[in-house]
Amino acid sequence: MKMRIYVPRDAGAIAVGADDVVTALEQAAEKHGLPIEIIRNGSRGLYWLEPMVEVATVKGRVAYGPVGPADVPSVFDAMASNGPHALRLGLADEIPWLKRQTRLTFARCGVIDPRSVKDYRDHDGYKGLERALTLTSDEILADVTASGLRGRGGAGFPTGIKWKTVAQAQADRKYIVCNADEGDSGTFADRMIMEGDPFVVIEGMTIAGVAVGATKGYIYIRSEYPHAVAAMNAAITVARRTGYLGERIVGSNHTFDLEVRVGAGAYVCGEETSLLESLEGRRGIVRAKPPLPAHKGLFGRPTVINNVLSFAAIPFILNNGAKAYADFGMGRSRGTMPIQLAGNIRYGGLFETAFGITLGELIDDIGGGTLSGRPVRAVQVGGPLGAYFPRALFDTPFDYEAFAARDGLIGHGGIVVFDDSVDMAKQARFAMEFCAVESCGKCTPCRIGSTRGVETINKIISGERVTENLAVVEDLCNTMKFGSLCALGGFTPYPVLSALKHFREDFGPVPATLQAAE
Amino acid sequence: MMSAYEPWNEARGAEIIAEHDKLEGATLVILHAMQEAFGYVPEPAIPMIASALSLSRAEVHGVFTFYHDFRHEPAGRHVLKLCRAEACQAAGGDALAARAEARLGIALGNTTADSRVTLEPIYCLGLCATAPSAMLDGRVVGRLDEARLDALVAEAQR
Repeated sequence: MKMRIYVPRDAGAIAVGADDVVTALEQAAEKHGLPIEIIRNGSRGLYWLEPMVEVATVKGRVAYGPVGPADVPSVFDAMASNGPHALRLGLADEIPWLKRQTRLTFARCGVIDPRSVKDYRDHDGYKGLERALTLTSDEILADVTASGLRGRGGAGFPTGIKWKTVAQAQADRKYIVCNADEGDSGTFADRMIMEGDPFVVIEGMTIAGVAVGATKGYIYIRSEYPHAVAAMNAAITVARRTGYLGERIVGSNHTFDLEVRVGAGAYVCGEETSLLESLEGRRGIVRAKPPLPAHKGLFGRPTVINNVLSFAAIPFILNNGAKAYADFGMGRSRGTMPIQLAGNIRYGGLFETAFGITLGELIDDIGGGTLSGRPVRAVQVGGPLGAYFPRALFDTPFDYEAFAARDGLIGHGGIVVFDDSVDMAKQARFAMEFCAVESCGKCTPCRIGSTRGVETINKIISGERVTENLAVVEDLCNTMKFGSLCALGGFTPYPVLSALKHFREDFGPVPATLQAAE
Repeated sequence: MMSAYEPWNEARGAEIIAEHDKLEGATLVILHAMQEAFGYVPEPAIPMIASALSLSRAEVHGVFTFYHDFRHEPAGRHVLKLCRAEACQAAGGDALAARAEARLGIALGNTTADSRVTLEPIYCLGLCATAPSAMLDGRVVGRLDEARLDALVAEAQR
């Protein structure tokens, strides 16, 4: 019998040598005269163990990692003989970091062959769509609403309400758009699911199409993700061939087809209206709302636009029922969140868990602190527009409202860890710089405010009239926060003001009078 | 991976446009295809795209110049992109970027005088749990350290 070996095709695994491991495995197999079958799965998200190689055994898949090409000969021997090895991690499913997660959205990611619709089906795939096809539009919408699912892109808007608005709109055609412009640093969940389980995204979008009466969908993927583009295109081709996309999907009366479009390096296109402009072939300039995309979206038609993770959560909800999803979570944050641990972190990767886990548990317990071994000083949650939190706020539960109450946001669920070598004035300036470069230019607070912000923080860093200039920065931030058209200008103040508030000492000496007042 | 781009050729440009101009909102798709073929978007392509899509030349020029990806001139033979976003900053990316600049003798965003290497910043490759990361001609590399970076730079200079 052929030995079946899994080596991820995930970009994060390839970046640390997965392709070289495949070559080395093929050579080892040839040398031993043992036939093997290599399956390029997605990543399970334990990135410090990548490339994580698994071999199928009667007891389950045994994992080894991190495996470099030089380790392959001995790992191969251990696989063939089921013997001991320093890199042997035991059964993949039993790895504690994986086992303590609640994987609803990522249940299949890293498990199945992302190019095989059969493998997808064998792991509960397409059951959600099959059930949706037996329901009325209202019944699907009721399920999505009752699940409590909120937009996973960052805004947290209830998905059910968005879909209902589109379903009720009258138009000659409607669109489903998947926002896969995952530009936030520290986030990679969209990339992982597109590379590791692309059919779940296709299924989620198809269910949306059935629910609201749309026949065409677009997936807008950023150009920085060539592997995700290839994976989605390959899956779409398979889905068309097997009757899951196209006319009369799965023998029903519904038509739905998908197309991948590739972005061109503009961060602002992650903002939904800017993304729609870009899809229409224009500059990614933000649109004023209203009208909402649900009323007038792509090409002026009613459009459901959701993040990759929102669509990817849908098949579970339709298959297992709204309650099964809503039973997880806290407060108004229902279900699970695929949290991404990144930056200077020992155990970095994807950790899907119910809302409510604290920041401290995530960083210290699950993440294991910094990779550098130095103390954690700051963590940025929610991408370049998210706040920097100090250790004092590590009791904050992962929940939309709890983060908002502490002047932060969970955004797309990315957490970037910094050790004590970080200069927070520099990070604050970077936030302004990034906004200045990426601003679409439509509104003044964002376009001009960010440039003035960089200049002013530079003055502070060089010690020029620090107190007065700090007041200018705060004033600028207020203008940007309340006067910007979208989240780029509106949220850039979060990293800046949080750096100022929690790490004031990095912005030059505090004047004696202020020190006395504190 | 060697860059094997075609020299600009109007007939080929027209062919590329004809392949895509029936798509909804085709501008970005065509600009990407032009760059894929020629390594950049040649100036004469702009009015051709405008005419095919019934847009003004200014509209197409506006789209072309809005997005960071589209090149106005050919890049060096190899393009080395270093991720400069927060997760890579947290993992020592600043020092590595400075090292790459020193080794190549150019600042980020420039091409070496011998046209061999273009060094560019990129804002997030989504490899944030194996930071710092880079991309050399489309090949992703994570867990960069000085030795791995030096090897990448040397490879790009060859």
